[in-house]
Amino acid sequence: MELESKAKVYTTVSEVSGPLMIVEGVEGVAYGEIVEIETPVGENRKGEVLEVKEDIAVIQVFEGTSGLNTSSTKIRFTGKTVRLGVSVDMLGRIFSGTGDPIDGGPEIIPDKDLDINGAPMNPSARMFPAEFIQTGMSTIDGMNTLVRGQKLPIFSGSGLPHNELAAQIARQAKVIGKKEEFAVIFAAMGITHEEANYFMTDFERTGALERVTSFMNLADDPAIERILTPRLALTTAEYFAFEKDMHVLVILTDLTNYGEALREISAARNEVPGRRGYPGYMYTDLATLYERAGRIKGKQGSITQMPILTMPQDDITHPIADLTGYITEGQIVLSRELHRKGIFPPVDVLPSLSRLMSGGIGPERTREDHSGVSDQLYSAYAEGRDLRDLVLVVGEEALTERDRKFLEFADAFEKKFVTQRKDEDRSIETTLDLGWELLSLLPKAELKRVSEEHIAKYHPENQ
Amino acid sequence: MITGKIIKISGPVVVADGMKGTQMYEMVRVGEEKLIGEIIELEGSTATIQVYEETKGIKPGEDVASTGGPLSVELGPGIIGSIFDGIQRPLEGIKALSGDYIPRGVELPAISREKKWTFKPKAAEGDSVSGGDVIGEVQETSVVLHKITVLPNVSGVIKSVAPQGEYLVTEDIAEIETSGGVIKLQMMQKWPVRIARPYKRKLDPNIPLITGQRPQDTFFPVAKGGTSAMPGPFGSGKTVTQQQLAKWADADIIVYVGCGERGNEMTEVLKEFPELVDPKTGRPLMDRTVLIANTSNMPVAAREACVYTGITMAEYFRDMGYDVALMADSTSRWAEAMREISGRLEEMPGEEGYPAYLASRLAQFYERSGRVSILGKEDTNASVTVVGAVSPPGGDLSEPVTQNTLRISKVFWALDASLADRRHFPSINWLQSYSLYLDSVQDWWATNTSQDWRDLRDSAMALLQKESELQEIVQLVGPDALPDRERIILESTRMIREDFLQQNAYHEVDTYCSPQKQYGMLSIIMNFHEETTSALEKGASIDDLIKLKVKEDIGRMKYIPEAEFENAMAQINEDIINQCKEIGG
Repeated sequence: MELESKAKVYTTVSEVSGPLMIVEGVEGVAYGEIVEIETPVGENRKGEVLEVKEDIAVIQVFEGTSGLNTSSTKIRFTGKTVRLGVSVDMLGRIFSGTGDPIDGGPEIIPDKDLDINGAPMNPSARMFPAEFIQTGMSTIDGMNTLVRGQKLPIFSGSGLPHNELAAQIARQAKVIGKKEEFAVIFAAMGITHEEANYFMTDFERTGALERVTSFMNLADDPAIERILTPRLALTTAEYFAFEKDMHVLVILTDLTNYGEALREISAARNEVPGRRGYPGYMYTDLATLYERAGRIKGKQGSITQMPILTMPQDDITHPIADLTGYITEGQIVLSRELHRKGIFPPVDVLPSLSRLMSGGIGPERTREDHSGVSDQLYSAYAEGRDLRDLVLVVGEEALTERDRKFLEFADAFEKKFVTQRKDEDRSIETTLDLGWELLSLLPKAELKRVSEEHIAKYHPENQ
Repeated sequence: MITGKIIKISGPVVVADGMKGTQMYEMVRVGEEKLIGEIIELEGSTATIQVYEETKGIKPGEDVASTGGPLSVELGPGIIGSIFDGIQRPLEGIKALSGDYIPRGVELPAISREKKWTFKPKAAEGDSVSGGDVIGEVQETSVVLHKITVLPNVSGVIKSVAPQGEYLVTEDIAEIETSGGVIKLQMMQKWPVRIARPYKRKLDPNIPLITGQRPQDTFFPVAKGGTSAMPGPFGSGKTVTQQQLAKWADADIIVYVGCGERGNEMTEVLKEFPELVDPKTGRPLMDRTVLIANTSNMPVAAREACVYTGITMAEYFRDMGYDVALMADSTSRWAEAMREISGRLEEMPGEEGYPAYLASRLAQFYERSGRVSILGKEDTNASVTVVGAVSPPGGDLSEPVTQNTLRISKVFWALDASLADRRHFPSINWLQSYSLYLDSVQDWWATNTSQDWRDLRDSAMALLQKESELQEIVQLVGPDALPDRERIILESTRMIREDFLQQNAYHEVDTYCSPQKQYGMLSIIMNFHEETTSALEKGASIDDLIKLKVKEDIGRMKYIPEAEFENAMAQINEDIINQCKEIGG
């Protein structure tokens, strides 16, 4: 992130409160402009203008307000909104949450200077995402298929292995039959050093590190900085994807911390809160991040987003998870119950969803029976799960023969289909065949979601 | 023109001084980049303005200029098949001008000023005309005959009409001598979005809007000119359901408003609709569709305006005598835009931070729907049907937007996450949903399918209700403990749920189901229920009845093409009787 200085320096700070600072007597200050702040001890910080009223400006300070005072803090308005100098040399590098290199490497010589807020992509310029990405995970490939240009978050909870899952996906994801330039952009927001290291070590181990650009705002970095971090990451992603023709996977973690930073600023401004104290504009704000995924007609590259968020108390109706679900194109939900049973990855397929699945599967993309198999697995597993509750009350003897088969199916589904090793990269054929193997536990008359033609062709009995 | 100075900027809200003489809801140009804004509050000489574009970089002291008129849309040939943003800027045009992203301050006319249309006069010199009368026609697309009408508030005698020929939308095509002087008419007219277009009188909606979707048409029908609300948590299939309606509803014109939703959804519509064929006309669906896209990352104030832009266009086509259906996805995002603006104005918040006027704004919007007798010499009936998706946070239906919507809309399609989880689509919960149009549309169904339609529908509904009671018992004692008669009910209702209510939007046959086929399918299932119940009484065993072979055929009947359905239906009904007999029924 670069800053250019205008000559005039103000020392007219009238109030410092939470992450905000109020400066009086200013002239010609623009809404959204970037501010350079020099603390009384000579340290440099950055801020952004949140509101201007006549000669009063409200500034949000990214690196925290501790140490600022109202007498000798110096303020310079830069006349620019936040920008990032980008270049392909950013691959393999690590940056701070505000975009400065922190890996000891040289400064980036920018090829382009971009506004980190981006601009909304024109819906009529978008290309509908339909290129199947094989992640090697059965629950995703088979039942919640990811396609290039999709935004598919992982809804997790504290203590669940979302990082392992995300790293495995980043490692295994490929488009079958194609060898193309790819890049991974990793944006950490308020996660611990340990978690960040887990990803870095994994990227290093698999030799992917030189294709990874990281932006790190860790748990001990200022919370307000988190507002910038994902935007820097996505600006870099747009440059890689649409100017340098790369297929970019963006991992944003953890969006819950981002939402909390938003709430902190909102509270400091005494805004009318929406649900659970989060600001009413959180939906729009999150959308300006998530909607930056996609593909553009006539451009080679793509941006696929995999945001991770931990739902407080595993509550999927928590505002951050809820609003995310309304914007993203589906979600992968991790379940504590499956995790306790020792199942990895503990993906609960029932509340999981990929909205772009239907365009990415079928003949020529995956296999003709894909959609039928997926639907059938869903409805059979849902029925089996319902019966588990029933068994608890009435006992297995009270079930009909048909019901017992569904019960057996649900157990087998979790053990064989959901469960896989951390280095197991299943092809889509393996996943679908496995699906058929499990479906063969059920009476054929119950297989209403798959066509007769496909039963004849793929049912293990007919092989 | 009045010019003021900006004194305050806070997100999409700008306050300007020196604005004395401007009016509420007047459109203004803000700052050096001339961003489009609308006055939403006046106090002394200061005006509060909501700005429809990103305000970053604007400074106090920059100019605000009034335009003298309210926010309006352009209406005329060239609307159909287009995609607009929330304030009716053409997105294709913006793409041609500025590339893949939408910059701010773009100024483009909504309707092309360069394209010529073939105008055919339908009125002659000396005719006395008034608001709504047709002056001429333009074949806009293969299915839409665009009628050029006299503005609602004009009446007089035609002084001249242009002969048949090619004209631009801005060229004069007629002159009308009125009491206030001569008025020149063009093919394009303007109308302020916040004012409903007038009509002669409202009529009772009594014709169903056939959507080709079984749960909606058979169980919870919406009438042409009616209103329907569709709340559902994320992942419950709101968008697919909404798009299915846009595809197959038997309206003449579809206005699809993507309000604060995903960009890719609009792209999907843009990709699919030109390829899909309307079963009624055999022409591409795009030939009758208008799209308005204000995606979630576009400026929030334009989201507030986009539903008005949509409904004004819908009313305009209604005034040509068409049945129009407007899909708004999602009205919650519109309400949230209102909340955001209200918050910036520091208004006293109502429930959950929404402004106190939320209920009245929702009501005003839904009330612009209706089946009406339109203006003009001839007595023509036309309608605007509104289907609003609602996105309740956390799926909680007690929140203010859902509750206030339910107070106004006559049809409630409750989308259910637990149904969606098991891939029961459309995930319309049959116990929670309702329609208040059942009585008014039953005559139509009786005429077009069979006299016993209503009885059939009601007895199927009663069985479903019975099932939910039985399920409670099953949860306690298990299904084996139920009497055989009730186990038959569970078999039949499973059929209603799986073989009738579930409909596969991605299956080429099942995606659309005609009213006749809907009736046929339901009558097969109810026939199955009656026959098996009576077989049981005659001594057949429940275990044999549950294993009847015909159940498989019933399970696959939804995939039988319309043309073959009548024969197949007769065969299945016969099989039911024969197979019951075989096992001693």
